[in-house]
Amino acid sequence: MHSAFVISQTDPRPLYQQVKDQLRHRIAVGALKPGDEIPSIRQLASDIRVSVITIKRAYLELELEGVIQTRQGRGSFVADNAQLGDSLKEQELTQHLRSALSAAALLHLTEDQLVERLRELRREDSQGRS
Amino acid sequence: MTQQVSPQAFALRGVSKAFRYFKLENLSLELPLGQILGLVGPNGAGKSTTIRLLMGLMTAETGSIEVLGHRVPEQVAAAKAGVAFVSDDMRLFSGATLAWHMRFVASIYPEWDEAYARTLLKHFNLRAEQGVKGLSRGEHIKSMLLLALARRPRLLILDEPTSGLDPVARHELLTELMQIVRDESRSILFSSHNTLDVERICDQIAFIDRGRLVDARDKESFLDRWRRISLDVPTGVTLPRLKDVVNLTLGEQLATLTTDRYEPALDAVLQASGARITDVQRMSLEEIFVASVMRSRAEVQS
Repeated sequence: MHSAFVISQTDPRPLYQQVKDQLRHRIAVGALKPGDEIPSIRQLASDIRVSVITIKRAYLELELEGVIQTRQGRGSFVADNAQLGDSLKEQELTQHLRSALSAAALLHLTEDQLVERLRELRREDSQGRS
Repeated sequence: MTQQVSPQAFALRGVSKAFRYFKLENLSLELPLGQILGLVGPNGAGKSTTIRLLMGLMTAETGSIEVLGHRVPEQVAAAKAGVAFVSDDMRLFSGATLAWHMRFVASIYPEWDEAYARTLLKHFNLRAEQGVKGLSRGEHIKSMLLLALARRPRLLILDEPTSGLDPVARHELLTELMQIVRDESRSILFSSHNTLDVERICDQIAFIDRGRLVDARDKESFLDRWRRISLDVPTGVTLPRLKDVVNLTLGEQLATLTTDRYEPALDAVLQASGARITDVQRMSLEEIFVASVMRSRAEVQS
């Protein structure tokens, strides 16, 4: 699973954030399921050639967010929560909406204008598909 | 032989060493076991002097040095059994082949791993039977790295290891370095100009300039503390005086502020003054390094 990790040093997100986002995404799409074992910190660090301290930070934050669990001496696992995938998708959406909100603020758009833009996009997309 | 227990791969405490035109001053630096430390500094900053002191190749005037739990220079032989060192200016015997060097190193160091050495030959695209005289500069460096890595050292010290390597060989080297720290008891000290490599694989970072340690801490806190904040400053608005500003550039109605003590509360302070934040950027290790060194030089002069 880690072979598909893509860590880029030209991405504006810090390295630990990229590791977090990619693990969360794997859980959101169901590539990793609740209870699945994930690689140890040193294993993943060496596989994707990113410092141990960076992976440690990503795992620690994911643990605090309830996404993974580390069992002493047994390794790290995706949290045992059947709704986890859906709730991560929810969080991804919230994150995208937040950045849309701040971009809209820079353009001085009202809330209604932003919602209208969203509707327009949706119409364009459905027309493009038919 | 009893193995001394030490949580540090090495520790320098209050180390000074003066030369005619250069002085290493009161340097204290540690590397916890199982970690990679990146020593970053301009040419002539004291990186190689620091490494030479660790290797017992010169003696400090003050302070103490410990390597793998052994005092240096008093117990340097015991320390060196576990340390492998590769520097840009080292040379292999020009009359011999790489295979001859491999047999030679294997005869001295019992930890030599012949199978790993064979793997490294392939990864580094080297031929054991080739004479040293015919090696390119990059092949020469790769050969020395192979001889060091195959000893399976507990502490690997590399002085500018990537400077003579092409991008593919650099990639292979970084992969091998990350393999080493799968083992929690093995550590690496790596001096480099290449802040991109350091930012990617190091756990600890130390900046050194003109013989002084400018800053040293773990990489995540390093990158977390620094931010560049872009601001719109409408006419009539004065920015508040902030003590942790490393640099402030004021333009017409625009300002850029660099801080090494960033916390989100700072945004509120700036906005309360009437300025509008347009961007808060994290900085690359290279940008942080340059800003740290410039500030340190300004402090020394004042």
